[in-house]
Amino acid sequence: MALLIYELVQQALPAIRAFGAGFLISTNWDPVNNIYGALPFIFGTVVSSLLALLMAVPLSLGIAIYLSQFAPKWLRSPLGFVVELLAAIPSVVYGLWGIFVLAPFLGRTVEPFLSGHLGSIPFFAGPVYGVGLFAASVVLAIMIIPTISAISRESMLNVSRDQKEAAQALGATPWETVKMAVLPLSRPGIIGAVILGLGRALGETMAVTMLIGNSPKISASIFAPAYSIASVIASEFQEVTAGVHMAALIEMALILLVITLMLNLLARLLIQKTGGRALKSRGRS
Amino acid sequence: MAGCITTKHLSASFGDIHAIEDVSVEIMANKVTAIIGPSGCGKSTFLRCLNRMHELVPGARVTGEVSWDGRNIYAPEMDATLVRRGIGMVFQKPNPFPLMSIEDNVSAGLRLAGGRMRKAKVAEIVERSLRLSALWDEVKNKLHKPGGSLSGGQQQRLCIARALAVEPDIILMDEPCSALDPASTQKIEDTMEKLKKDYTIVIVTHNMQQAARVSDMTGFMLSTEMGEPGRMIEFGLTNKIFTMPDRKETENYITGRFG
Repeated sequence: MALLIYELVQQALPAIRAFGAGFLISTNWDPVNNIYGALPFIFGTVVSSLLALLMAVPLSLGIAIYLSQFAPKWLRSPLGFVVELLAAIPSVVYGLWGIFVLAPFLGRTVEPFLSGHLGSIPFFAGPVYGVGLFAASVVLAIMIIPTISAISRESMLNVSRDQKEAAQALGATPWETVKMAVLPLSRPGIIGAVILGLGRALGETMAVTMLIGNSPKISASIFAPAYSIASVIASEFQEVTAGVHMAALIEMALILLVITLMLNLLARLLIQKTGGRALKSRGRS
Repeated sequence: MAGCITTKHLSASFGDIHAIEDVSVEIMANKVTAIIGPSGCGKSTFLRCLNRMHELVPGARVTGEVSWDGRNIYAPEMDATLVRRGIGMVFQKPNPFPLMSIEDNVSAGLRLAGGRMRKAKVAEIVERSLRLSALWDEVKNKLHKPGGSLSGGQQQRLCIARALAVEPDIILMDEPCSALDPASTQKIEDTMEKLKKDYTIVIVTHNMQQAARVSDMTGFMLSTEMGEPGRMIEFGLTNKIFTMPDRKETENYITGRFG
C-alpha cells in the first residue's frame, strides 16, 4: 500500500512540480497545450457520487427496514438475495443499460419534466441531453443500493429482540419501534454502509464513463455533461503522449485514492464501533 | 387506577408448540399475583398473552378470552398498542434503551403516538416514576447519562420507571429479578410492595420464596409432560397455596419434590 502511494507520488511528481496546488483548483484541462487542472473532474466525481447517495440512501434504508423488520419470513431471503444480486452485475452492463434504456428515458421524460417545472432553480435549468451528470448519478445510485441496504439490514438485524420488545411494551407501533429501538442502535452501521457506498460511487469507472458525458466542465445544471476522475484516467490513458499529461493523470489517481482511503478508514472505524456495541449488549444476556 | 384481568379458556401456541391450554383465572385489582411453576410450563407465555405481547412472536396464536376491566383485549376493535400502554411490562433481562439518557428512557413512552407535553410536566413525571421505582436518589444527578451506563439492578428499576411513566393500570413482570443480585432483588420487591397501592401487579417467578414474600395470590402452572401445554393447576390465596394446597402436584412442587 505504502509502496503504491510512493510510486504514484513519484510518477506524479512532474505534474505536481509543474502545477503545484493550482492543479486542484484549476478548471482548465488542455492536453494539446499541456495545461492540466483537476477541478472539473473532482467536481464531477464528488457531485455525481453525492447525488447518487441522495437517491440511494433513503431507498436503501427503506429496503433495509422492510427486509429486517416487516417482510414476512418467507420473503426475506429471496428478496435480500435479489437485492444483493444487483451488486454482482458488472458495471459495463449497467453502463450499456444506462445508455440504451436509462439515458433516453431520462432525456425524454424525467429531465424535461423536472426542467419544465423546476427550471427556475439553476440545478434543473439548461438543455437536457439524457446523458450527463444526472444519468451517471442515477446509475451510481442503483449500483450502490445493494451495498448500503445489505450492510444496513445486517446492523438492523443485530438489534436484539428485547430492545424492540421494550418499545413495543410501551405501546409503540411498528414504525415507532423502528424509530425508538432499531434505528438508534444500528445508526453507526448505517453510517458505515453509506460511507462504503460513497466509496464505491467515487471509484466507479465504467458505468460513469459511459453516462456522464465526458466533458470537463463545471455547470450548475445536473443535466449537463461532466467528467469524473476515474473516467478521465480510463479514457485518456491510452492516448497519452506528453510526460506531463501522464503525470497529471497519475496525480488524479492519487487524489482519488486519498479521497476513497479516508472514507474507507472512517467507515471501518464506525463499523468497529457498532460491532463492539452489539457484542456488549449480547454479553449482558 | 388499578385494573383487573380475567382470562377464560385462554390457550396459546407458537408454530407447532402448544404453550398453554385452557387457563381461566381472575386477577384482582391492587393485588400482587404471582405465577409460579417449573421451567417450560408456559408461565411467561401466559403473562405475554395478558398484554398482547405474545402475538409479536412469529407464528403465535391465541384463543380464548382476556378481559381487562370487562373489555376483551382480543376483540377486533381493540388496538394492541393501547392495550400495551394500559398493561405495562417489565422483562426478565433489563432492557433500557442503552444510548438514550436516563431521563429519555423514562419518558420514552410519553413521546409515543405523537404525545407532546410541556417540559416541566415531563420532568415531573420522570421524577415521580423514578421515585416510585426507588431509583431517583441514585440517578437524580446524572439524568442525562445513557441508560446503558447503569448497573443491572439499576437498569431494571429504570425499566420499571419507564413502564410506570405511561401510567398503566396493570404491570406485568416476567422474572424481573432472575438476572439480579440479592440486594437489587430486595429493592425491587420493596418497590412492588409500594406499587400495590395504585397498581395491579402480575409477576412470573421461578423463585418460590419470592412468590411467598411478595404476592397476595398465587397461580401454579405445570406442563405434565414434555411437549404437553402448560395448565393452571391451582390458583388462589398465596397463604393457602403455600400451606395447604388442594392439589397434589402443587404440594409436590412447593415442597421441592420436583421441578
